[in-house]
Amino acid sequence: MSGRPRYALEGVNISKRFGHLRALEGVSLRLRRGSFHALLGENGAGKSTLVKCIMGYHRPSEGQFLIDEQEQSIDNPHEAHRLGIGMVYQHFTLIPNMSVAENLVLARPCLPARIDWRAETRRLREKLDALPFQVPLDAAINSLSAGEKQKVEILKQLTLDCRILILDEPTSVLTPDEADEVLGRIKAMTRETDLSVLIITHKFREVMHYADEVTVLRKGRAAGTTTVAGTTPAALAGMMLGCDPKRMPSTRREVAVREQVLDLERLTVLDDNGEPAVRGLSLSVAGGEIVGIAGVSGNGQRELVQALCGQRDIGAGCMRVQAERFRATREEIRRHHFRCLPEEPLRNACVPGMTIAENLALREFDRAPYARCGGWLNRAAIGARAAALIERFSVSPPVPAMPIGQLSGGNVQRAVLARELSGDVSVLIVANPCFGLDFAAVAEVRERIMSARNQGAAVLLVSEDLEEILELADRLLVMAGGRLVYETTPAAADLTLIGQHMAGH
Amino acid sequence: MSGEHAGLLGVLIAVLGGAIRVGTPFLFVSLGECLTEKSGRINLGLEGNLVMGAMSGYAISYLSGSAWLGVLAAGLAGALLGALHALLCQQRNVNDIAVGIALMLFGTGLAFFLGKAFIQPTAPRLPAIALGGWSGSPVVRAALEINVLFVIGALLAPAMGWFFRNARWGLMVRTVGESTDAALAMGLDVNRVRFFSTVAGGFLAGVGGSFLSLYYPGSWNEGLSSGQGLMAVALVIFARWNPVSCFYASLLFGGAAALGPALQSVGITWGYYLFNAAPYVLTLLIMIATSSSRRTLTGMPGAFTR
Ligand SMILES: Nc1ncnc2c1ncn2[C@@H]1O[C@H](COP(=O)(O)OP(=O)(O)OP(=O)(O)O)[C@@H](O)[C@H]1O
Ligand SMILES: [Mg+2]
Repeated sequence: MSGRPRYALEGVNISKRFGHLRALEGVSLRLRRGSFHALLGENGAGKSTLVKCIMGYHRPSEGQFLIDEQEQSIDNPHEAHRLGIGMVYQHFTLIPNMSVAENLVLARPCLPARIDWRAETRRLREKLDALPFQVPLDAAINSLSAGEKQKVEILKQLTLDCRILILDEPTSVLTPDEADEVLGRIKAMTRETDLSVLIITHKFREVMHYADEVTVLRKGRAAGTTTVAGTTPAALAGMMLGCDPKRMPSTRREVAVREQVLDLERLTVLDDNGEPAVRGLSLSVAGGEIVGIAGVSGNGQRELVQALCGQRDIGAGCMRVQAERFRATREEIRRHHFRCLPEEPLRNACVPGMTIAENLALREFDRAPYARCGGWLNRAAIGARAAALIERFSVSPPVPAMPIGQLSGGNVQRAVLARELSGDVSVLIVANPCFGLDFAAVAEVRERIMSARNQGAAVLLVSEDLEEILELADRLLVMAGGRLVYETTPAAADLTLIGQHMAGH
Repeated sequence: MSGEHAGLLGVLIAVLGGAIRVGTPFLFVSLGECLTEKSGRINLGLEGNLVMGAMSGYAISYLSGSAWLGVLAAGLAGALLGALHALLCQQRNVNDIAVGIALMLFGTGLAFFLGKAFIQPTAPRLPAIALGGWSGSPVVRAALEINVLFVIGALLAPAMGWFFRNARWGLMVRTVGESTDAALAMGLDVNRVRFFSTVAGGFLAGVGGSFLSLYYPGSWNEGLSSGQGLMAVALVIFARWNPVSCFYASLLFGGAAALGPALQSVGITWGYYLFNAAPYVLTLLIMIATSSSRRTLTGMPGAFTR
């Protein structure tokens, strides 16, 4: 026992300030050697900030790190790699136009001046043979599914022989099966080798299933560390929020359905390579119902949503809203009260460099009272409306003048929902609305979607999370290969059958 | 052999020779632009580097008596302008396109100002290799005088392709150009990589300029460049950021530019100006033909797609 340090990584009293914002305050964290340690917390609690400090991506304002019980200053990611720390970031950092092999080789800290591809490939093959997942080395990253990309991200760190692996929400892009495969294999590695894992996740299921210990952050402070064996999801949720969580299930009310609110007629949409991604899809959504489209990502859902939101041209077929032809022009969108919450709203529905107030006004800024005669903006009115919406949808921090790109993921989602759900809504298109959100935020977003339905909106919910669709939808459709291949209702749903159709059988 | 046949063959050979002569500056500038763009920055100012290179190459060749010293000086002048571009662009909120346009005007203006004294004198020119010795025809022999710079450029193109694939620095340049996030996560200094790429790209464009003043047309004056530096930007897109394709594209553009003079040399004089516009028309046609509103460009560095 002697000589072998008990802790692979310790953070002592870590604080990090961004200007006036205190993202972390006196957080301490101990990662036992060979353990699988989860880091939980609400959106914006500071989880990513903490691990980025460990990686030397941010300099902590105060505090020290100990690696193997030796104090170390980690000034940049290189330094962290040298100390055997590897991290998979919340967003993919693979280079899409390069091959898997190129991406893996690039990650090496000291590349030789000339790269002998034959030797490198041989070396990689040998390494990969000893590792839990396999990926095709010659494939371009572009052509991989989200799950495969995540595996490459993890392999990239493992081929570097890291001893401490940090994963920032690695499963938010994976299906539950993929998540189980990836986490199961990594967990096995912590048992068989010296590897220690620190994982950020919002999913209690994963924490309870795989983690040995869990640390909870609340508003930048450590709310406590416990062993998983000695806790329950409810206790963890209480720790995250600082009070007992009151679960507010989305309440479905009986509403009179209005027919012919959203109709798609043999819609064909092309992808970026000019190939059809949506093939002759017909669908109608009535007012007062939620139609859920389930499917494995990459089966045309993204293109469908983009076409509906006016971000992509339609190849063939037509869209009708309230029995009128719909081409997603600004005028039509306004007349029909057509609203959209696309996936990755920061990229698809916001201007990151503009303020929250300006982003909240994107739908309305050119009309009275926000624009006055001659097109002059009424900044006071825009600001007042923003303040009201921020209050109503509890966007945090409540600062209308802050660039929206600086908000945490959950708050961007809230802000965009605030914009889209203010006023009357006839049609609401929602894509993966709860990606990366903490459980409280998930409940809140789902509640808002449900209440839009209860007020008579036709809601089309495209999601990779089957549970979400089963909870919210009135009707469930499965999309595979650009077509709708199966229809059922959540009450009558047979999961194996749905799974088979999702897989394209 | 009938006279008509000889005429047609003559035109073909003249176009080929012209493609090489006129294409060489295109080749160097487009390789320079390709390198810069691979690192994720667009340098529209290479026209300035080209003209500056032409002037300083001619001046140094005249003053030192060595054409090769002139080429080196041209490259260094281009590298300096490249360094200026890189330093300006790495300031906060500075746009590379705007800086490029400013530096294009600055480079040409500076070259005209400093080059006034060198319009008259004759400087030593670059040597050529006569590949047409076997032929009795003076047309063929003139067309097949290959300049050493062209040979260097022709070797440089595949070498650069190899560099992007197999060299550590090449992979670094591509990484930075594809995704700053990925580069930062790897601990690369994005600005530094872009700095060196822009400087090296500027050097190549300067060398391309020296070809204009030291070989063909072979003297320094203010009308020397007809926008080759700008056309090279289009050419890089056409070549899909692939150095070897840049080589072929340069020959194609050079050939198009040589069409007018070649036809004139065999006595076809109508439409001379029309044929001189061939490279520009070609640029437009190629851009229209190879792009599609439905598809994203393949090979485009990721930094430009966001
Ligand atoms: N570069 C930055 N500049 C300014 N503020 C930042 C920066 N990065 C993060 N913040 C702020 O710090 C706080 C913590 O953010 P962080 O990304 O660590 O949250 P998180 O716990 O990872 O949340 P999520 O679950 O949404 O990923 C947030 O309020 C965020 O707005
Ligand atoms: Mg985070």
